[in-house]
Order: sequence, then structure tokens, then C-alpha cells
Amino acid sequence: MAVASPRRNLDAVALTDEEYHEIGRLLEREPNDLELGMFGALWSEHCSYKTSRPLLRQLPTSGDGVLQGPGENAGVVDIGDGLAVVFKIESHNHPSAIEPYQGAATGVGGILRDIFTMGARPLAILDSLRFGPPHDPRSRYLFQGVVEGIGGYGNCFGCPTVGGEVYFDEGYAANPIVNAMCVGLVRHDRVRLARAEQAGDRLLLVGAGTGRDGIHGASFASVEMDEHSPDRRPAVQVANPFMEKVLCEACLQLNELDGVVAIQDLGAAGLTGAACELAHRGGRGVEIDVARVSRRERGMTPYEVMLSESQERMLVLVKPEAEPAAQRVFDKFELHADRVGTILRRPRVRVRDGAAVVADLPLDALIDGVPIRSLMATGAAAPETASVAPLRDPAATLLELLARPNLRSRRPIYRRYDHQVGNNTVIGPGYDAALLRVPGTPKALALTTDGNAAFVTLDPYVGTQLAVAEAARNIACTGARPLAVTNCLNFGNPERPRVAWQLHESVRGLADACRALELPVVSGNVSLYNETNGLSIPPTPVVGMVGILDDLDRRCGASFRDEGDLIFLLGETRDELAGSEYSRAVGAPLEGSAPLVDLTAEARLLRALHETIGAGTLSSAHDVAEGGLLVAIAECALFGGQGAQCPGLSGQVSPAALYFGESAGRVVVSVAARRVPELQKVMAAHRVPLQALGVVGSGALVVGHAVRLDLEALRRAWETPW
Amino acid sequence: MKWGILVFPGTWSDRDCMHALTTVLGQSARYVDHRETELSEFDAVILPGGFSYGDHLRCGAVARFAPVMEAVTRFADRGGLVLGICNGFQILQEARLLPGALLRNDSCEFRCEWVHLRVERAESPFTRECRPGQVLRIPISHGEGNFYADPDTLQSLEQGGQVAFRYSTPDGRVTGDANPNGSLRNIAGIVNARGNVLGMMPHPERACEPLLGGADGLWILRSALGTLVAA
Repeated sequence: MAVASPRRNLDAVALTDEEYHEIGRLLEREPNDLELGMFGALWSEHCSYKTSRPLLRQLPTSGDGVLQGPGENAGVVDIGDGLAVVFKIESHNHPSAIEPYQGAATGVGGILRDIFTMGARPLAILDSLRFGPPHDPRSRYLFQGVVEGIGGYGNCFGCPTVGGEVYFDEGYAANPIVNAMCVGLVRHDRVRLARAEQAGDRLLLVGAGTGRDGIHGASFASVEMDEHSPDRRPAVQVANPFMEKVLCEACLQLNELDGVVAIQDLGAAGLTGAACELAHRGGRGVEIDVARVSRRERGMTPYEVMLSESQERMLVLVKPEAEPAAQRVFDKFELHADRVGTILRRPRVRVRDGAAVVADLPLDALIDGVPIRSLMATGAAAPETASVAPLRDPAATLLELLARPNLRSRRPIYRRYDHQVGNNTVIGPGYDAALLRVPGTPKALALTTDGNAAFVTLDPYVGTQLAVAEAARNIACTGARPLAVTNCLNFGNPERPRVAWQLHESVRGLADACRALELPVVSGNVSLYNETNGLSIPPTPVVGMVGILDDLDRRCGASFRDEGDLIFLLGETRDELAGSEYSRAVGAPLEGSAPLVDLTAEARLLRALHETIGAGTLSSAHDVAEGGLLVAIAECALFGGQGAQCPGLSGQVSPAALYFGESAGRVVVSVAARRVPELQKVMAAHRVPLQALGVVGSGALVVGHAVRLDLEALRRAWETPW
Repeated sequence: MKWGILVFPGTWSDRDCMHALTTVLGQSARYVDHRETELSEFDAVILPGGFSYGDHLRCGAVARFAPVMEAVTRFADRGGLVLGICNGFQILQEARLLPGALLRNDSCEFRCEWVHLRVERAESPFTRECRPGQVLRIPISHGEGNFYADPDTLQSLEQGGQVAFRYSTPDGRVTGDANPNGSLRNIAGIVNARGNVLGMMPHPERACEPLLGGADGLWILRSALGTLVAA
């Protein structure tokens, strides 16, 4: 084996001197170039979670119905009838910052593969996006490219994009956030875990040829960016959703064959990552012969073959006797497959190039050997002083807020996504949570992604709890019961003590909130080093949540429906404006306390919603979130094309906080007059504060003497073009 | 009645068509692989939506060379009912079973949304249950649905009563605002001269259940059924 002064490659593989020495210590020799590249990929933050792993141990990962927690391609949760939901969220921030279309498209491709490799048919995609202000040309370019890329992939693949969120803030101008979540369905007996437990089983590499794209993608995703980052464009992969659609159908058929043991996506770290993780999970080893890998380009070295992140490739692990049956499936779908490797009894990875052994490493060192990085974490929640200008004209302010990029209608975005294919979309994008029918059952899944970075910036512990609470509330507004969580932790450079502290507090908040609401975290992803030229993004944990609705007839929408229905606010409004869209609109600095989070009150609210919607009491339910109460009422009115007549609102809080504050734990509901007693009874039983707001009807939104706006005026503001 | 649902690599509304025909309408249907060469067992065939062959080269341009397309041509020549939806419409044009072309949407963006269609010809096999001028609410989902034909073709389509549907307002006015993609004369669907081949960009198979937002697509599928029963 040639050892060509590997130290010069440390930058290319993004390892530190200490990590390099540790490799030497574990191997008791110097690694060669290929071996160092493999270490670089698998010891990257992206693959190894070397920074976040100790933190993530805090998360509750088990619970009733959890069939598979973190550690596999995706989490699996029972939904009854012998069916399970498979889901995960993942980031593609770094590639999207360089090449927005391909970066976002391959992000969707990667998360789809994570789902169908588990044996599940993808049911829906959601996203969570953050960009700089849309008036900034670069941010606009990234925003448009990312939306086009998500649509381009999902539309061609044929999986509906049913929900998500997008927000704009200066802090993301150089580092956009692109998170994609996929949800699939599988029969219990067809869940495939990606683990190789039997020596002699064969590895078939299926799908696209291997090219030079995406080499070092995992390493690239694990460092901060600078003016040279555009030079990393070759580290961004190129998407082929058509190939993936064919692969998906083939994998789902393969999954019906008994001798097919596992299917593993080639994602970060390419063939190296897929083969090593497959073997390591099963406590085995693996031998790969790079000479057997079909290539798109001539002259590729073993290094390039092992570390390429060319998309739309799968490793299929089969028993030797099942190989012909698997081959027949590949033939049917006109897919090319190479037998590239074999499972070994001993836990090593051996890479050959024909007869020559070009790498030979102990798997434990490669996968578990990375030194855990301990972080220096210091920071404190923002001080409690927040001064926000007093509210002068509520009507004008409402129109201004509705027109702001963070609040205006998302229709120009989601109409570029096919959100219906599959014939299961009962509630599509633009509302609280999407609602997808579970085919063949009366059930539905409620799906949402949520995160409010302003609150997390003010207080990462509370802000992350608020994201969990909001997601659960969104799910509950459809009538569904929150089931489980996936998460994507998007943070800056954790070597900065303040970022480390944000990450620390955020994970603690996530863990505590999920425990309090009895929600297991079954999958997730960490994206660190979202920093350019020394500027980190706002801390942006994103919560993806799945809920179950047992009877689709017991669902609830967000639109005001019937004239004459009475409108109520559930929950308590406090004097809270810090971090709100209102305070941003009036130019107040981001300071003060995040809204109070009371998880026991949230849990009572969730139960009360479930009970009232389940009994058919409510005509509509809509979470009060960004923009506050008046924006929520205006949205219900715009959704339903029905105005609202509210006498003057009053409360113990300032008018600004009353109308536009973003206190958590609140929902606007409408209810037929004759059912009000039921509502009052249930809310009293669950100790949920109930405040009458007004009546549904007419073509205007009227709030006492403060607001009188016809729906058309509201709609013009809300539908401000991008 | 037995329906064949064609599946090319990259087709994705095959499953939605299957659901609409079997679960909703109780019909018998089977998927037909793109390499099959015989369709005589079927009463009607559907070319569903999707991105056949990734829409590489041009939408439908590769799929028209699939072995099954020769069988589709024979099937249509014999008078069998052929329904091309979205990508299926594009394939039928590429195969010269229907005239015209579908260009990039004038917005240059993909569009997935509910639109309104005015029924222009109510005596075709696919619209016989509709009233002339009836407005159907059905979703579109495409990036290339901008109907184009040269002036002579357009005139012969109009004169021959081959325009099946036009994009319209909910009350049936054919306006520029109601046109989601720039199609000439708001054309959303056309039939061949004989009337047994319909191509349309909107997705009737997505509009078969009130639960999913509307059931107006059933007017088209039930019309086809009625034609088959009457035959």
C-alpha cells in the first residue's frame, strides 16, 4: 500500500491534527490516502455526530408504538391495522447555499431514499426553509432556486409536497436552511432494517453509475463556508428524480422477496458510508471491490469511487440464493446492478481494486472511533427588557403584517409543488398541518414542520420547547393526536461557545418538551457549521411531527365555515411581544423574554382539542402563531371567504400584545351557537381559558372600532406578490 | 368493463387512476407494462400522468417509441376508448394520435391547483353525461401544459368540434385570468376527429372523491363508462 504523505490532505477531508493522530493510534500505522479519505467522510460531523452525539442521548426515543428509533435510515412508529409510519427530516443547507436547485433537489432525493429503503412507500414530503430577505438579489436567487429544486424533484418523482414553512431573516442571507422531511407507510412485516448480520451475503450496487460528483460532500457539509465555498460546487451532487422513481418501485418490489436482507441508500460518504454502516450495524465486516463498480467517467481512482456521492444509487444486500430473483426485478425495471462486495465475519472494511487491497480498516475505529468533541458552552438567555413602540393603528398594522414575507400567502410557493399526487391529500399546504389519508383505512396522518428561530435566539431552551408545542398544536387543530417527532438541528459553528450553548440548551428543550408531551423522537439530523465568514445563522431547530387521526370523518379545518358560528380564543394571552413579527415590523431589536411555555397547559389544550373535534363540536380550529391573534383571525376569514364581526377585544395586556403578540398555547376556534355549551364544558374540564371573540359572517373583518377591513383588502395584502 | 392503465418508467398517476377506477367506480383494471404489445382484452385504456422517461428530450418524446404505443395506435384505430391525462396527453401528441403540442407554461413555473373547465363538446364518448357548457372543477399539475397548434390545425379542431374542454371561470367564462398556462384559446383537452381519443392536461382521477376536494372528474370517467355500456 502506498502511503503518500497523507498529512497534506487533512484540509481536503476536514479532519484536525488531533483526529489524524487518533487515526494513527487506532491503526498503529499511518493511513493511506484512501483510508484517510474514508476516515474524513465517516468522522465528519455529518456522519459521526461527534459534536452532538452526547447531547442527543438526552432525547426520549422510545415509547408506545415505536418500532424503530434513531440509528436507522428513518424512524418507524406503529399506527395500527398492521401498518407503520416511517419518517425523517434532513438538512441540505450547505449544498443549497452553493447550488440552490441541485442542492435542494438532492436533499429531497436523499430523504425519499431514506424512506423507501426501509420498505415504505413515500406518502408525502414537507419542507422547512429559511432565507435572507427576499428583496436581496442573492437571497431571492437562493429562494427561487430551492423552491424550484424541491418541486422539480418531488413533482417528477411523484410524491406530493404537502406542507412546510418558509421564513426570511437577515441571519440566513449567506446560509439558507433547506430541510426536507419525508413520510412513508409500510406493513409491519415489511420493515427493512439496514443491517448485515450474515457473512457471505452479497452486496449489489444498483442504479446510477458512479461519477466524480459529490466527492467530500459529507466533509464539506461539516465545515463553515467562506468566499471559496463556490469552488466546492463539484461537492454538490446532481439529481435524477426519474432514476429514483424507477429505483423506488424496484426497491418496493425487492422488499417483497424473502432473500433480500436489506437496502441501504448511498448518501453522505457514498459507498464508504453505506457499506460500512450496513456491516457495522450488524456487527460484521465488508469487502468491496471497486473494480466492479460501473462508472460514469474514465480513470476514476479507488478514492473517487469510494467517496463519490453520485445520487440515485442503492446497495441491496441479498442472500446468495436470492441474487437471481433480485436480478429479475432489476431487469424488469431496466436497472443496472453490479455485485460489488461481500459481508465478512470479522468487523473490518477491506477495499480491493481487483486483486490489490487498497484499504483495510477496523470498522469500529472508522465508525465509532471518532473522538467526541467536547464543547465550550457559554451564554445566557436574552435580558428581559424589551421595548416595543406602542400600537397606533391596528387596521393598518394588520394589513402591513399580512403583506410581510414571513406571513403572506404561501400559495405562489406551494402551487409549484404537486401536493395531490397519490390521491391522499385531504388537507394540503397552507394550513396548520397537512392531513393525508392512510389508504385502505378510515385513518389519516397529520404532518407538520415548525420552528421559530427568533424565540430560539432569545432563549434556546424555551424557543425549542415552543417549536414542539406549536407543532403539536398544529397537529391537534386537524383533530389528530400527536404521535412522534423527528428533528433537524440547524446551528452555526459549535466551536463558538455561544453556538455550543445554543445547541446545548436547544437539545435540552427538545428533550424536556417531548417528554412532557409524551412524544418519542424517532429520527433526526444535525447540521452544524452553518456559518459564512464568521457569521453564524440564528439557531434553528426544526421539529417535524406526525399525528394520527383515527377517523377521517372527525377532522377539522382552519377556515371559518358557517355564517353565524361563534368565534372563541382558547388559551391565555400575555403581555408578550419579544421576538414577534410585530416587533420586527416596527423595527424593535430582537431582545426580551421568549413567550412563556407551559407544557402542562399545552397538554391540556391538546386533549381538549382532540375531545371537541372528536365530538364534532368545532367548525374550525387554527393555531395562533406568527403575527398573533388578529393575523390568525384574518387567516381563518381568508381561508373560508367568511368575514368576522368581533366587538372590541379587551384584556389585561397592551393593545399591541393583545392583537399581535405571539403568546403560545392559543387556538382560534369557531363553533355553531347550539354547540357552545359543549365547548364550554370541555374547556372547563381541561382548565383551558376560553374567551368569546365574535361571530363568523359578512364580507369584512371588524374588531370593535379598531379594525374594519373588507376581505378583499385583507386578501390584497395577504396575496402580495413575491 | 375492463380498463388498461399504461405504465411507462416514470409514470406516477397510474396508481391514482387505479384507485379512481377500481375503488371509487368498482371497475376492473390492470396495469399494462410499456413493453406489452397487445391491448385487445381491454375496453378502454388510460395513459396516466407522470414524467415518462424523466421527460428527457421532450415530454412524451421517448415514451411514444415504447412497444405498447403501437398497440395503442391499433386500439384507437379500432375505435377503442383512449384517455391521455397530462403526460399521457403529451405522449398521444408525440404519437400523432392527437394534434398540437404542449409547451412550457407561460408562467415558466410548474402549476398544481384546482381549475375550472367548461365542457365544449358534450356528445363525445368522454363527456356524454355532461351538459354543454357545464363547468367542471378539476386539478392541474404540470409544467408543460400550454396547448399550441398552428392556425390551420386550430381551425380544424374548432370546426370539427374537437375541443373538449376550455379553462374557464367558475361561472363558465373563458378569460385570460382563467387560463393557468397560456394555452391557445384556453384549450385544456381535445378529442380526435372520431372522438374516441381524449387528451387533457387536468387530472380527472384526482377529482373523484369529495374528501379530496371534489368529484367532478367522475363526469368524465362515468361518461366513458356509459359509452362502453352502450356499445
